[in-house]
Amino acid sequence: MTVGLTHYLTVAAILFTLGIFGIFLNRKNVIVILMSVELMLLAVNLNLIAFSSFHGDLVGQVFALIVLTVAAAEAAIGLAIVVVYFRNRRTIDVAEIDLLKG
Amino acid sequence: MLPALFFYLFAVLCVGSAFMVIAVKNPVHAVLFLILAFFNAAGLFVLLGAEFLAMILIVVYVGAVLVLFLFVVMMLDVDFAELRAGFLKYLPIGATIGVLLLVELVLIVGAWVTAPQIVPQSPTPPIAQVSNTTALGAILYTRYVYLFEAAGLILLVAMVGAIVLTLQHKRDVKRQNISAQVGRTREEGVELVEVQPGRGLS
Repeated sequence: MTVGLTHYLTVAAILFTLGIFGIFLNRKNVIVILMSVELMLLAVNLNLIAFSSFHGDLVGQVFALIVLTVAAAEAAIGLAIVVVYFRNRRTIDVAEIDLLKG
Repeated sequence: MLPALFFYLFAVLCVGSAFMVIAVKNPVHAVLFLILAFFNAAGLFVLLGAEFLAMILIVVYVGAVLVLFLFVVMMLDVDFAELRAGFLKYLPIGATIGVLLLVELVLIVGAWVTAPQIVPQSPTPPIAQVSNTTALGAILYTRYVYLFEAAGLILLVAMVGAIVLTLQHKRDVKRQNISAQVGRTREEGVELVEVQPGRGLS
C-alpha cells in the first residue's frame, strides 16, 4: 500500500472541486466565496508540490511559494474591498453589488 | 505503512473539513474549518518532503491570512442567515458542475504520462545531505531571485492597497499638519516687545 503521485493529485482534484462547488453554493456571501478561492489555491499548491516531490525537481516548490504569496495578497485586497463595501452599503450580498452598472 | 496511514488521515481530514467550509451555516465555523483544512494540507506537504512550505503554510497562511478572515467575519455585522437564502436552489446546478469537473479531473489524473526526455531544472539534492529549506533557499535566492523580488513587490502593493482602501478620514478630529508645523518661521511664533520702565504693557 504505497502512496503515489496519483493519490495526491486526486486529493487536490477533490479540493479544487469543493472550492468550485462552494462558489456555486454560497453565491451570495462574498466571504465564503473568498474562502472557496483559498481552497482552490491550496489544491493548486498541493499539485505543484506533489509533482515537485515525485519528479525530484525543486522548481515546483518555488512556484508554490509564489502562488502562496499571490494568494495572501489576493485575500488581503479582497477582504479590504469587502470591508469598504460593507461600510458603504451595510451588506455584503454579491447580488446587490451593482454600483458600477451605471 | 506509516506514511500511507498518515496520508489517508491527513487527506480525509483535509477533504472533510474543506467540505465543512462550504457547508456550515456559521461563517466563523467555516473559517475554523478552513484552518483545519490548511493544517492537514501542511501535513500532506510534510509527507511530500516540502517542510519549509508546510511551515510557511501554517505560520503565514493560518497565522496571518486566515486570522484576517476571522477578524473580518467577526467585525462585519452581517445577517448571515439571509445570505444563505437560495442555498438549496443552487445545489443541483452546483453539484452537476462539480461532479462533471471532478470526473474530468480524475480522468486526467488517471491518464497522464510524463514525457520521457524531460530533465529536472533544479534537481532536489538528497535529503540526508541538504535539508529542504537549505535547498530551496539555494535556488530561490540565486536562480529565481527576480521571481522572489516580484513576490515581495506583490506583497508591498497588496499592503499599500489594503491600507489605502480601508483608511478613512474622520472629520472633527485634530490632525497633525507636519508641513505647517515644520514651516513655521520665527516671525509668526515669537514677538519681541520693548517694555518701557515704569509703564507696563498697555
